[in-house]
Amino acid sequence: MLDHKVRRALALLTLFVMLGVTVGAAAQSARDYSAVTDARLLAPEAGNWLMYRRTYDSWGYSPLARITARNVADLVPVWTASTGTTEGHQAPPIVNDGVMFVTTPFNQVLAFDAKSGDLLWRYRRQMPADIRMGHPTNRGVALYGDKVYMATSDAKVVALDARTGNVAWESTVEDYNGGYYMTLAPLAARGKIMVGVSGGERGIRGFVVALDAQTGKQVWKTYTIPAPGEPGSETWPGDSWKTGGAPVWITGSFDPALNMTYWGTGNPGPWTGDRRPGDNLYTNSVVALDVETGKLSAHHQYHWNDSWDWDEVSAPLLIDVQRNGRTIHGLVHPGRDGYLWLLERSAQGIAFVDAKPYVTQNVFTKLDPKTGRPEYDLAHKPAVGHRATYCPSLWGGKDWPPAAYSPKTGYLYIPANDNLCAEMEGDDEVEYRRGQQFTGATTTDFRVTAGADHIGELQAWNLQTGERAWTHKFESPNWGPVLATAGGVIFEGGTSDRYFRAFDAATGKELWRYRTNSGITGVPTTFEIDGVQYVAVQSGWGVDAQGMLARIDRARGTDTIVPQGGVVWVFALRAK
Amino acid sequence: MILKRRCMLRACCALAVAGAAAARADDADEAHAAPQAGDALVFAYGARAGEVIAPTDLAFGAKQTLAFPMNPATKRVRDGTRLNQLIVVRVDPAGLRGETSTRSAGGVVAYSGVCSHTGCDVTDWLPDARHFKCPCHESEFDPSDAARVVAGPAPWQLAALPLKLVDGAISIAGPFEGKVGFAQPGGDPFGARPPV
Repeated sequence: MLDHKVRRALALLTLFVMLGVTVGAAAQSARDYSAVTDARLLAPEAGNWLMYRRTYDSWGYSPLARITARNVADLVPVWTASTGTTEGHQAPPIVNDGVMFVTTPFNQVLAFDAKSGDLLWRYRRQMPADIRMGHPTNRGVALYGDKVYMATSDAKVVALDARTGNVAWESTVEDYNGGYYMTLAPLAARGKIMVGVSGGERGIRGFVVALDAQTGKQVWKTYTIPAPGEPGSETWPGDSWKTGGAPVWITGSFDPALNMTYWGTGNPGPWTGDRRPGDNLYTNSVVALDVETGKLSAHHQYHWNDSWDWDEVSAPLLIDVQRNGRTIHGLVHPGRDGYLWLLERSAQGIAFVDAKPYVTQNVFTKLDPKTGRPEYDLAHKPAVGHRATYCPSLWGGKDWPPAAYSPKTGYLYIPANDNLCAEMEGDDEVEYRRGQQFTGATTTDFRVTAGADHIGELQAWNLQTGERAWTHKFESPNWGPVLATAGGVIFEGGTSDRYFRAFDAATGKELWRYRTNSGITGVPTTFEIDGVQYVAVQSGWGVDAQGMLARIDRARGTDTIVPQGGVVWVFALRAK
Repeated sequence: MILKRRCMLRACCALAVAGAAAARADDADEAHAAPQAGDALVFAYGARAGEVIAPTDLAFGAKQTLAFPMNPATKRVRDGTRLNQLIVVRVDPAGLRGETSTRSAGGVVAYSGVCSHTGCDVTDWLPDARHFKCPCHESEFDPSDAARVVAGPAPWQLAALPLKLVDGAISIAGPFEGKVGFAQPGGDPFGARPPV
């Protein structure tokens, strides 16, 4: 038995370690910092990138236009910085008046002088020794007031002083030992920090929680699976709702006019639907949550009783679309299920408008024209004792990497993967073990469509006509989040050849490429300081992009090596 | 007299409470302690959870059984931390390589069930290759050869737990050999030391 004093010392040490450690350069930490207000988040200055997708409508679009299709070939790196770690670097460099914040796997936050690349401070979080990190990544910070917020792999939200990186507060959202973790950038609005939980593959019950931005105290919590007696609970047999999944992987969108947030939800568990007959609400859906109360006021389920691991992780983009002479306040979602969904949002709820496949899809036989509810070809629906092949693969037509929208072209830009199918079969037995894998399914290697000349695609869709405008093809799969700019240039990486690329927004023609240290799955951003437009992105391959590539390699008999290790890259036009 | 008796009762109660608390603390320590020489192996889950695993419970070449160590004297299962979760298989003793041969008990080998990559539970099995597989990132480990990495991103082998047979029963022969769990990469990449 340990001595009491030793125990206390250990407890203090553990607390210290759990709180994380911030190291900063004192001389630089006192610099001016522009507080982030609701007004600024609602209408950010053109030169700043203050949140995950820059604006609440999740467009991933910047009005900056100094870098154009005509001059983008002159783009050169102006500074880089190693993050000092490996795995999937997926976070956007978020910039507020010259200060850049990036997160890395293992919940590190780095604050840079965005112009010079000087490191202002860093926060390193030490993970508990018994944590399972199924998705070692983080997708960025939220800014609000004078704080920087990060959701962590051990299911906490940590608030840091934006000037120093010192911990202002830390709030436990759930117990990581129960399979809960977080990878998303928080959504900050109206005094609240909103986050959702991952862990759908580990028997969690998903939810979104809002914390008070000042104190970290919980304001509301809304489950994405109803409890018995609540509307939708009839779609879950027995106790399956307790471990049914419906995680929330990615930052929600926010419509300030309706005061409503919109979140995508993941798939149910175990993975094959015959284990939990029913629609399994609100999995594979978009849910509308009131920002003040968290009340779930509306939903649309893209597909019911999922059996394909098609988490509908991304939040829909809020885009006005013309249909039949009428303006529709749209929810636009290129789904992991391979369909491009257009829904209408209003105070009355969410209504289906139309949907069509944007990659090869062999599961849906038809959609109800009024509700959009799909019917399935059961030959392609995996079950216990039924090994089924289905397309797209379990990583879908588009996984988490966000699409972008440019109001200049009216195009939606989708980072897609086509010509891939997967096989899955439900296991004979599945036992819930707290915190452990609860998929109950075996997936085998991929099938690449015979004769296919490519897998990755960057697609541009004219949302007004509902037609595809162009497609740029990549031999490699594409895991590149997309940046759209008013300069008529689209940026993304995403391929295993390590290139960061620029495309003509109107035509899809590749205009520029630069080979980086690793594969890019980071969200690119752009910002302006002293009249210079910069483009920033993290390069650092890992997590699902790596997993998909391994399966494609096995299917093709190839061995693609993508070196790991994170680097922040910042580009600008070559000085003339 | 009554007062005295009350005092004695109070003292007894206090002692009893303190004793119970100490027992609970001892119990928790025992459950969290790493596997030790002389421990038995018990089923971690399922209908037989907590029962001792006999060599005959493990079929040659079958998927790994998840187990915890148990102190045979107190019958306390060391399941207080998932870092004690073990994966146990029975393989052909003739196929064991190197130190795995000396660590095995009649072909039964045990390893930490925590992946060295990012800490997931190594619960999948490739029946043809007879390899462990981690469901998170598809690292594969060869149980006949020190659970060395044969595929995937894991940086090093799983920690091994030496076993022996005592009167036909499986007994742990010593502590883990190798590191249990994973390490955050990067060390201190910026060359600074955190304040102490």
